[in-house]
Amino acid sequence: MTPLLEIDRLAVGFPAHGRMLPVVHDVSLSIGERETLCLVGESGSGKSLTALAAMRLVPSPGRTLRGSIRLRGRELLTISEEDMCAVRGAEIGMVFQEPSAALNPVLTIGDQIAEPLVIHGRAGRREARAEAVRLLEAVKMPDAAARARDYPHQLSGGQRQRALIAAALACRPALLIADEPTTALDARIQAEVLDLLRELQAQYGLALLLVTHDLGVVARMADRVAVMYAGRIVEQGSVRRLFTSPAHPYTRGLLASMPGTGKGRLAAIDGTVPDPASMPPGCAFEPRCAERLPVCREAVPDLTSIDGDQASRCVHAGGRAH
Amino acid sequence: MALLEVRNLTKEYQRGSLFRRGAPVRALDGVSFSIEAGERFGLVGESGSGKTTTARCVLRLIEPTAGEVWFKGENVLAAPRPRLRELRREMQIVFQDPWTSLNPRLRIGDIVEEPLAIHGIGTRASRRNRVAELLTLVGLDPGWRNRYPHEFSGGQRQRVGLARAVALKPSFLIADEPVSALDVSVQAQVLNLLIDLQEQLGLTCLFIAHDLRLVRQVCSRVAVMYRGRIVELARTEDLFTAPRHPYTQALLAAVPHADPDVHPTPVPFNPEGVSLEATMAEVAPGHWVRPAEPGAKPGEARPDPT
Repeated sequence: MTPLLEIDRLAVGFPAHGRMLPVVHDVSLSIGERETLCLVGESGSGKSLTALAAMRLVPSPGRTLRGSIRLRGRELLTISEEDMCAVRGAEIGMVFQEPSAALNPVLTIGDQIAEPLVIHGRAGRREARAEAVRLLEAVKMPDAAARARDYPHQLSGGQRQRALIAAALACRPALLIADEPTTALDARIQAEVLDLLRELQAQYGLALLLVTHDLGVVARMADRVAVMYAGRIVEQGSVRRLFTSPAHPYTRGLLASMPGTGKGRLAAIDGTVPDPASMPPGCAFEPRCAERLPVCREAVPDLTSIDGDQASRCVHAGGRAH
Repeated sequence: MALLEVRNLTKEYQRGSLFRRGAPVRALDGVSFSIEAGERFGLVGESGSGKTTTARCVLRLIEPTAGEVWFKGENVLAAPRPRLRELRREMQIVFQDPWTSLNPRLRIGDIVEEPLAIHGIGTRASRRNRVAELLTLVGLDPGWRNRYPHEFSGGQRQRVGLARAVALKPSFLIADEPVSALDVSVQAQVLNLLIDLQEQLGLTCLFIAHDLRLVRQVCSRVAVMYRGRIVELARTEDLFTAPRHPYTQALLAAVPHADPDVHPTPVPFNPEGVSLEATMAEVAPGHWVRPAEPGAKPGEARPDPT
């Protein structure tokens, strides 16, 4: 079966020092219908850029350098901007981190949810307004009809994020891309919004590409996970394998860095993320890795399959037992 | 004896406009707790619960409306200005945002030296040596002293903030969300540094966070704040394994777990059903809870969601 979204050998770059500097390298992922894939990594790992590239929204002067992005088998990188506009919002919905920045402060919530329906020609204005209220009910907005007449500043952070999710779902997309949708929210509201996303996913048959830095969110939401480091996927597999037998040393380091499981000092990863302009010649994690070998400095390791369910970009993968 | 004791700390803000006075808002309402010497004490709560206001009132960076803050047997709130200045040598703070809490126009060496210079400690030469020592202590290369904050990553800036905070050899340190702006792996590094400094320098620490996982990792006792009040205070393990207040129970149920097989059930929390008027009651040794309803006994212990 064709996956819903297939990203193949994607590279994204930004101009620096007079050349195009790649910051996302060789990223391949696929998401099946109704599946949740979490893209996890720290700042600068390329996770958000990968999500933006999937919508062809890489901010200028950045550019998608090569690769392929197929939605239900249809190549998105080569279609016209006009055709791409018909895909965005209609076939792929998107929710961003900062709900106050993503909403227009001078339009009512109802109008903003109705907007995609009108733009994509799914409904007339009056109909779209009525649908906006139904969508607000679907995202469990308390007193939906009244909230539809409110402006963004009259809503709490959690309510704004619900409104954005309602707008993203207006045209019934098959795929929702959510970039850190709950990071700006308090823990209780975060849990509510994540539960809501799961319910909507079941109800609307949605696939979800969830970008996050929080492994707690990954554990709660993901079917499959891709871990990114310095622009590359370093580990990919089912959520259970990731937490029970993480294969890449970076993934193990991240898990050990999570607070709340022990007491006192954490087993932190030493060092810092390399600068994209001066990447180590081999594995980007080599300078920080406790398990590095001389061979790690020679070439970037391939993403090696460990079994059907897990792959790791590490020379130890598939060979030595950990 | 407690190193720091906070009694009935209250902070009101006047609401209203230029022309009409409104009813005051109580940002803090009768906050009381005490911290033993050498302890890492946690203050948790959601945004707006009053954690940072508490920290600022304790240091008198803002003046509380009422209450007492006793530090080493002395009432900080009654201290005249010159004495307050001396007290501040002993009480320091690290802020949340490493991007705004360092002066961008000063070199990091000058940032760390500033408190020493202000308090007139040592000569220019001896201060330079002390700065080198402090930078090394927080894991920075002393050769970087002439660089500006923008040349450093978030984690490194937070190290600079820590070096500045411990420069005067304080006995008490407030860490207000010291790692929430940092990435997971850097967060762990800075947290480890904070723990090392606390232990090496014998600091007493008030650790403020919204993330309960951090508090569980770092603190020996915790107070939970809700709408300007402490609703529960206990040893960390007691609070996490047997939370009594409905708000604490709801907060804990929302903590994300590093285990895909744990599906926590949300615990609803109805703010209308909770009274904040009752006084705290000790339900187990060292475990204090504000009864949720007036006259009612504090709720039954809930099993740990883990």
